[in-house]
Amino acid sequence: MFRKKNTLPPAATYKEVWRNGDQYTKLSFVFMGLAQIKNKQWAKGFAYLGTEIVFLLWFVFSGISTLSMLTTLGVNKTKRVVYNQSQGVYITKLPDNSVVILLFGVLAVILLLAMVFLYVTSLKSLRTLYVQNRDGTHVPTNKEQLSSLLDSKLHITLMSIPILGVMAFTVLPTLYMISMAFTNYDSKHPIGFSWTGFKAFGNVLTGDLAGTFFPVLGWTLVWAVAATATTFFFGVLLALLIESRGIKRKGLWRTIFVIVYAVPQFVSLLMMAQFLDLQGPLNTVLMNWGWIAHPINFIGASANATVARITVIVVNMWIGIPVSMLTSTAIIQNLPQDQIEAARMDGANPFQIFRRITFPQILFVMAPALIQQFIGNINNFNVIFLLTGGYPMNNSYNGAGDTDLLVTWLYNLVFGQTQRYNASAVLGILIFIISATVSLFAYRRTNAFKEG
Amino acid sequence: MSSYHAKRRLSLILRYVLLAVLAIVWIFPIVWIVLASFSYNDTGFVSTIWPKQFTLSNYIGIFTSDQFPFVYWIRNTLFVSIVSMILSTFVTISVAYALSRLRFRFRKPYLQIALILGMFPGFMSMIALYYILKSFDMLNLVGLILVYVGGAGLGFYIAKGFFDTIPRSIDEAAEIDGASRWQVFVHIGLPMSKPIIVYTALTAFIAPWTDFIFSGIILSSSGNSKTYTIAYGLYNMVHATKGTSTAYFTWFIAGCVIIAIPITILFVVMQKFYVNGITAGADKG
Repeated sequence: MFRKKNTLPPAATYKEVWRNGDQYTKLSFVFMGLAQIKNKQWAKGFAYLGTEIVFLLWFVFSGISTLSMLTTLGVNKTKRVVYNQSQGVYITKLPDNSVVILLFGVLAVILLLAMVFLYVTSLKSLRTLYVQNRDGTHVPTNKEQLSSLLDSKLHITLMSIPILGVMAFTVLPTLYMISMAFTNYDSKHPIGFSWTGFKAFGNVLTGDLAGTFFPVLGWTLVWAVAATATTFFFGVLLALLIESRGIKRKGLWRTIFVIVYAVPQFVSLLMMAQFLDLQGPLNTVLMNWGWIAHPINFIGASANATVARITVIVVNMWIGIPVSMLTSTAIIQNLPQDQIEAARMDGANPFQIFRRITFPQILFVMAPALIQQFIGNINNFNVIFLLTGGYPMNNSYNGAGDTDLLVTWLYNLVFGQTQRYNASAVLGILIFIISATVSLFAYRRTNAFKEG
Repeated sequence: MSSYHAKRRLSLILRYVLLAVLAIVWIFPIVWIVLASFSYNDTGFVSTIWPKQFTLSNYIGIFTSDQFPFVYWIRNTLFVSIVSMILSTFVTISVAYALSRLRFRFRKPYLQIALILGMFPGFMSMIALYYILKSFDMLNLVGLILVYVGGAGLGFYIAKGFFDTIPRSIDEAAEIDGASRWQVFVHIGLPMSKPIIVYTALTAFIAPWTDFIFSGIILSSSGNSKTYTIAYGLYNMVHATKGTSTAYFTWFIAGCVIIAIPITILFVVMQKFYVNGITAGADKG
């Protein structure tokens, strides 16, 4: 994946830099930045040196212990009552907080890797400096280096703050959760937990959660296929209807549908749940009209599983069709008209034109977006969580209901009664594997038929 | 000839009827939400479509309630969304521009890592984020802003797709004339990308108004409902306080309508950018 480009061999090996460099260069192998300071590249030199000093101070005073605790996640695993000599009383000692130990351990590993990366870049910079001095070419001054941050090195200026943000709020949490999948962090070990290898994976795939995992996985895939296919297909039809000849005020029609999507989902879906409730307006109206004798339990706790699942897919169509209508409108407007004209002249009816020409063309253009939608639907938290909350209950499931997807189950495992944090992390990893496999496979396929 | 015209006419009428029926089906629940917000009700339940009795008391109630500090929620959300809008737009546009227009060694790895990170469900990181913010004593609105801005570095796809469509020859011409890349960015890149900056800013602005999950996890531990944002406050109103507050269900609807109106208008205005982003930024490396 990270293929190296073929580059020219370096102008000097590190061996040569070490052998022929002056004492500052030699010292720079240990204290980054000294050679740069010697060459009056103040900003760069002091930045390197300062970072190293701060890092070493942190490493000695806190990093080493943090990293060493990472191996055990804390020695005291259980709550104990110990006798306190000085006060002469028994006190309860809580176990070591493994959550915090693990978090800072992961952070320490990231910092260590970042330091290694910085050290390598400092070596590269050192070599460049050495070559410039050896060959007598121009050595950039401090000012030139600073102004290059706005020119040839603008990417450093633009990317460094965002990368820090991504590191702190996405990479660190993700790595932390991945490592949590290899522990026994659950309701039995809420504070002090330990590494248990692949045991949590075993629980999910073959253990007590397997009876929930596989049915929920099955429904998640059915849901993702159904939700993606229905919204796409009917979205295209709706777009064609609005775009068809003779319809006036197309923009206004589109806006009517888009409004549904624009309303915040926690409003529209929570209210939709109310609308479909056993005592909600829909049932009242249907009963008043005499269409049904008893209210239909669409999504309640004791609803029929199949009814609830169909309801969820239908409500998702209500939310999702406007979006796919919008995107396919843009594509339809750019479709080449000549094929359609030719087909019409040959006597093809609108249905044939749609099936043989328009639809395949739209499908072709939208393929990458469809894959993204499919993955988005695997992770579609809002529709399930807000509409049904996973209901109806299923007694043979562990902490999930009949309409629960893997993500909503993941949420329940963390914030519900069961508190199986490690299992939720395993689920996260499995969802990642599913999404990655699907998109890898699908991108391959779509690329193949693009080239072919 | 006339039968052909009659057929065309019939087809057009049928299509109009179909479209009108669909539009009514789609918009009907939304109209019902608005109607329900005006209905007089003390059972915590709305079981009719047309309210039996119209009243403004729900709107008055939500604005004057002590139990649900609605005005605080709006103020908090406004604070979070404005600060997060400014910072996130800065972050997203910087990343998108750098990835689209500049060539550097970690460009490809960054794109690949972003793709991989995007495949992990966002909820996975929630527990970790909670502890990170807790250990820095930041379980408050500032912490929430940091979470939103921190994620902005990965939301570059649509803006990058936009930058990809601007011809590079303009940049090259400016560089030949001696402009630095920073000058190209500030004097050429940014002025040409006003639509996408507006889009990015509006998206960042809307997010805090609709997010009830992250805000809930970060803000709920304070236990002080005056620190909530609007989405979590309203969500909490119907969920966490179930039973005690069902009598206020119509207040909840009124609150929802108040915030849904500006967001809906903003989104309808943005829909053009949204479509362009999806179709333009779909598959470019």
